[in-house]
Amino acid sequence: MRITLRYFASVREKLKRSEEEREIPSGATVRTVWDILKREHPELSAMEKAMSFAVAQEYVDRDHPLQDNDELAVIPPVSGGCYA
Amino acid sequence: MPEEQRIWCAITNSPIAMQELTDFAADPAAGAMATFVGMTRNTNDGRRVIRLEYECYPGMAEKEMRKIAAEVLARWSIRKIAMMHRLGQVDIGEASVAIAVSSGHRHAAFEACHFAINQLKEIVPIWKKELYEGGELWIGSQTGTTGSWQRVQEENA
Repeated sequence: MRITLRYFASVREKLKRSEEEREIPSGATVRTVWDILKREHPELSAMEKAMSFAVAQEYVDRDHPLQDNDELAVIPPVSGGCYA
Repeated sequence: MPEEQRIWCAITNSPIAMQELTDFAADPAAGAMATFVGMTRNTNDGRRVIRLEYECYPGMAEKEMRKIAAEVLARWSIRKIAMMHRLGQVDIGEASVAIAVSSGHRHAAFEACHFAINQLKEIVPIWKKELYEGGELWIGSQTGTTGSWQRVQEENA
C-alpha cells in the first residue's frame, strides 16, 4: 500500500524534504514506518522518545495500523507560542 | 449561541491585530475579558535572539486549536474565545500568539486563558526556530526531550 509522509521543522531539515510518497508493507503500523526512517537516517534515533505521529491530522500512538492512502505526519516536539 | 459563533481560531502570516480578537470575544453578557499575547524575547537560555521563525502543520494546527477552544467552553463558563498564531518570521517584540477570552466574571476568563495558552504550547503542531547570535536552533528538538503528545498523554493518565 501507498502512504504520504509529512515532515516538519527539525525532521524536515534532516531529511531535506517536506513530504514524499512511500510503498509500505500491508499490515504496517506507524512503528514500522518510523523504524524504516530511523534505519535510513540514523540521526533520527536521537529523537526516539521525542517523536509524535499523526494520521489524517489526528495524533496516534505507534501501534496505529496504517491504511492505503493514509497521510502520516512525523511530529517533532511542538514549540508554538512564545518562550514565556 | 452555537459553538461555532463562540470560537475563532486562526493561523496567520501577517502581524497579529489584537483588536480583531477582542472585537470577536466582546459579548453583552461578558463582564470580563482576559487576553494573552506572547512575543519574541531578545534573549533565551543566555543566547542573544535575533528573531524567531514559525511553521505549522496546516490544517491540523487549526484543528487542534479548535479542540482546545471547545474544551475551554466545556470546562469554564465562557462566552467567547479567540486564538491566533502567527507563522513565518517574528521579530523581537512582535506577537507570535494571542488569545482573548470573555466571561461573565473575571475568574473563569483568567483560568481559561491560562489553560488555553498552556495547551496550545503543548499540543498544537507549530514549531519555532530560534535564530540567535552564532547559530540557529529548533526549540524543543534538543536531544532528550519527551514527545509533545506523549507528555500530554502521561499528564492525563
